[in-house]
Amino acid sequence: MAQAVPVPASTPIPLRIPLREVLPWAVFAGAILLSLLYLVGLDQGATSVFSGQLLHEFMHDGRHLLGVPCH
Amino acid sequence: MVVRTLLIRGMVVGLAAGLLSWLFSYSFGEPGIEGAIAFEERLSLAAGQSHGVELVSRGVQSTIGLGVALLLFGVAIGGLFAIAYAVAYGRIASLSPRATALVLAAGAFLAVFLVPFLKYPANPPASSEDSTVGQRTGLYLVLVLVSVILALASTALGRRLYPRVGAWNAALLASGLYVVTISVAMFVMPTVSETPADFPATVLYDFRLASLGNQVVLWATIGLLFGWLTDRSLRHRSPAGERVDSAPVV
Repeated sequence: MAQAVPVPASTPIPLRIPLREVLPWAVFAGAILLSLLYLVGLDQGATSVFSGQLLHEFMHDGRHLLGVPCH
Repeated sequence: MVVRTLLIRGMVVGLAAGLLSWLFSYSFGEPGIEGAIAFEERLSLAAGQSHGVELVSRGVQSTIGLGVALLLFGVAIGGLFAIAYAVAYGRIASLSPRATALVLAAGAFLAVFLVPFLKYPANPPASSEDSTVGQRTGLYLVLVLVSVILALASTALGRRLYPRVGAWNAALLASGLYVVTISVAMFVMPTVSETPADFPATVLYDFRLASLGNQVVLWATIGLLFGWLTDRSLRHRSPAGERVDSAPVV
């Protein structure tokens, strides 16, 4: 009875990564990557961690094109 | 599949995406910025003001400055994408590694960039008021955050409906919920209209189109390249073929 033999599903649900494995990475890498986004997009604009205008002026064109309010 | 591997892959892919977006922006975005700066200079000339000392020259701003900003942006977005992928993989219906990457990139492009852009579009130099930068930055970030939260909530609803109504209807209902809720948020939030009446329309149009194109290049590269590399590594790492079987072919 070939028809009775269960055929393995052609598209089984892929493996998952347990959330508790993702969490520490999400917290630490997430914090670093978001600070990087902040430096590229926002610092020395509306708010400043570093004083001066060098960062703002250097990234000026990128900020405008990325769509973040620049000045 | 390890999160660390995905994260490194995401950042490398983001770097490549940043490189392509640099090429794109230098070719198609810089003319808009130059046009806006020419307008700015005509204004200050008419007002009899001198431009003042430049801290960073235009030559540096439009090449290395632009490149560094876009590369760093690409790396950061690529890394955050990888973390989102680690959560999304195997949890959005039964999508393959490649399809998950593409769907996630498309969704993130919409929620993080395109929808906020519809309300608060990118502005070239000299088309907004310096004094309102704090307010505009705040509004923009709030809208991005609201958009991402609503997109996540809609996705969660879609996942709950999926077993009962099927993939197609669940996706439609989730999209519908997002469209309705984000429309209300965008309607309620204050409108910013500061573009000077005599700002050249073609410059504004070209600049905004290039800004949109820049993000399309970035997210498309991340989605396609990340999916391809992840798919390839899953096939390579399974000599006995068990994971090859568990990774459906698109």
